[in-house]
Amino acid sequence: MSDYFDEMFNGDGSLRGPYEEIGRWFNAEDASRLRAKQREAEEVFRLTGITFNVYGKAEAEERLIPFDIVPRVISAREWQRLERGIEQRVRAINAFLHDIYHRQEIVRAGRVPAEMIAGNEAFLPQMLGVSPPGQVYTHIVGVDLVRTGPDEFFVLEDNARTPSGVSYMLENRETMLKMFPELFGATNVRNVSDYPRSLRRSLAACAPTCAEGEPTVAVLTPGIYNSAYYEHAFLADHMAVELVEGHDLRVVDGRVCMRTTKGYKPIDVLYRRVDDDFLDPLNFNPDSALGVPGILDVYRAGGITITNAPGTGIADDKAIYSYMPEIVEFYTGEKPLLQNVPTWRCSDPESLSYVLDNLSDLVVKEVHGSGGYGMLIGPTASKKEISAFRDKLKSRPANYIAQPTLSLSTVPIFARSGLAPRHVDLRPFVLVSPEGIKITPGGLTRVALKKGSLVVNSSQGGGTKDTWVLED
Amino acid sequence: MLGKTAGGLFWMFRYLERAENTARLLETGQRMALTRTKNSAEEWGSVLKTAGVLDGYHAKYDEISKDNAVDWVLRDADNPSSIKSVIKQARDNARLVRTALTHDVWSAVNATWMQIDEVMKRRVNERDLPATLELIRQQAALVRGATLGTMLRNDIFDFTRIGTFVERADNTGRILDVKYYVLLPTAFSVGSSLDNIQWESILRSVGAGGGYRMTHGEKTRPSDIAQFLILDQRMPRSLRFCCRKIQENLSYLKKDYGFAGPSCEASNALYEKYLDQKISDIFEFGLHEYIQDFLTDLGNLSCQIEIDYRFYE
Repeated sequence: MSDYFDEMFNGDGSLRGPYEEIGRWFNAEDASRLRAKQREAEEVFRLTGITFNVYGKAEAEERLIPFDIVPRVISAREWQRLERGIEQRVRAINAFLHDIYHRQEIVRAGRVPAEMIAGNEAFLPQMLGVSPPGQVYTHIVGVDLVRTGPDEFFVLEDNARTPSGVSYMLENRETMLKMFPELFGATNVRNVSDYPRSLRRSLAACAPTCAEGEPTVAVLTPGIYNSAYYEHAFLADHMAVELVEGHDLRVVDGRVCMRTTKGYKPIDVLYRRVDDDFLDPLNFNPDSALGVPGILDVYRAGGITITNAPGTGIADDKAIYSYMPEIVEFYTGEKPLLQNVPTWRCSDPESLSYVLDNLSDLVVKEVHGSGGYGMLIGPTASKKEISAFRDKLKSRPANYIAQPTLSLSTVPIFARSGLAPRHVDLRPFVLVSPEGIKITPGGLTRVALKKGSLVVNSSQGGGTKDTWVLED
Repeated sequence: MLGKTAGGLFWMFRYLERAENTARLLETGQRMALTRTKNSAEEWGSVLKTAGVLDGYHAKYDEISKDNAVDWVLRDADNPSSIKSVIKQARDNARLVRTALTHDVWSAVNATWMQIDEVMKRRVNERDLPATLELIRQQAALVRGATLGTMLRNDIFDFTRIGTFVERADNTGRILDVKYYVLLPTAFSVGSSLDNIQWESILRSVGAGGGYRMTHGEKTRPSDIAQFLILDQRMPRSLRFCCRKIQENLSYLKKDYGFAGPSCEASNALYEKYLDQKISDIFEFGLHEYIQDFLTDLGNLSCQIEIDYRFYE
């Protein structure tokens, strides 16, 4: 048997508990019918326009993220554990953000070195002393989890800036419901379709005090060529709010307003899907055409709520990540319920020399990288790639962290030859507001479609699965 | 509604309308070229001129040939008004205003683009041209059907209609602008088969052959054709019909918003100036001048709508 934990099958080939229904169903199904369904699903995705744009390719090249029809199932018990761990972590992240933009107690206490904060690109001095409504910084979080055994879950990344993928969670479920309604009759799968409504409520609950009546919410997108544009439009559509771009907005009388057919109308809560750097050409990148000149000044004066808050990137920075166990303990007074992956900070000379000696066994990531770009996966890299990476690492060690190659769990996909195990991760979506923390029972399961591959990113050939959290 | 969204809807439907009209124009051109072996270059030149793409064509090709003309109008990426380009732009605009569209309308537009993109990956040969043009018209009908059948009758709908009818009036006007001389009283050399073909081609290029026969019988007479294309109030591609629709939809917006910009008044003025008259008066004034003035004023109205409803910054 393989060295990996398979979530569907035990080592002896029998089904694990949560997968019993799926297993029965699959065995009773005709493979050619399933294949036809799989094609049908892709056609629906294409027609609906559930595509992403690939950067670095010809403009407007839109691709489908491959969808696999075998659901990934999480038992009620497993989910309860995850939920508690995620909630604890997200609470700590918000406390951490509030602290480092105010008194920096954690630095004073010597738990996180001062240079990790002040010298960090993701740290925004403009946010010092700013208190967002309800002291919520990360209104939307997508925590990346991986599993290595029956009870071993690790947090791989805390996506606290502008996590994407939630539209896939929703569309994957819709697709499964349409294609295999009979499956849902036999199992108690928890519902995810409330997400857009919850998101709208959660955002509205963070409105600034100047908001009058029902708060006006809008989604800010970089535009139709952005890789996640589909999702931006999807969320705006399902929340019944406007989808705006920078050039739709301007500051009028101390408020950020959108240009409507009837004139300028103030926005109370802006769910931005634009990075900090591009948010405000007056305060950050002056070349940005995606943002709104002066929005940060309005924000600091309490005229608008920006979600997620500017400067949250410091909390999901990969160098800060290695301090998360300390951060969780410092702010919650509890031991972390979810484990961190052991991480070497290459800024530390001892760690660096260890990493350089063991490159072929490690995964090395850029501190500010995302989407699987610019990383080295030692075990699958060629000698040439490793030596090229070694040079990059030596010239800017502080730009990198390294982690052991994890034995990610597998879930079968429906491959040409039938069921075949592939590595997966999981991104549950978390909403934070003064009303509380809400975690949608489900999430985005990304799956590396290539046999043996550990890279699940959609930009690198990953696919997705519907994720089922079972009712007790 | 965002001003940008209003603009996106307006242009999305202008482009869809343009795609359909251009397809019809190509159909007519091909038919003319089939019926007349001589002077085919002249006929294709007139198609290019009507579609407003003649200058661009000459920047790329020296001589007018059928194959190049068809390719230029159908699918050349350098031609912003080629059918493929405008369907791409309609689809891009649809993505931009995705939240204002129903699922049915969006998937109809998206499917249209996917099919056209596929069919037009390489040059379309003569044998496949009719089927390709038919596909374009069918898809345009599908989007229109989804729009009429599923969209709320609100300001979103008003902007889709205004875009549609501004473009349609412009297209009918252009056809008249290029072919006006065929309709002039001096050309009344009634009976020659050449004239009949020309007249019929005008009707065909606005898809109005059947409607004309219903209204005026089987005899094609130039003044009746002019009357039909300009002043008939039931013919959905006549200038009068289109201008009436623009007027109506602007007045719905006025009612809905409780205010109106200068465009609302300008649409009334356009109607009074050009359509509250008899065909004989138009001929007396000069058909060509009339059409040219009309197209200019229509263009100005379109710009005023953009300003009044804040399409752009």
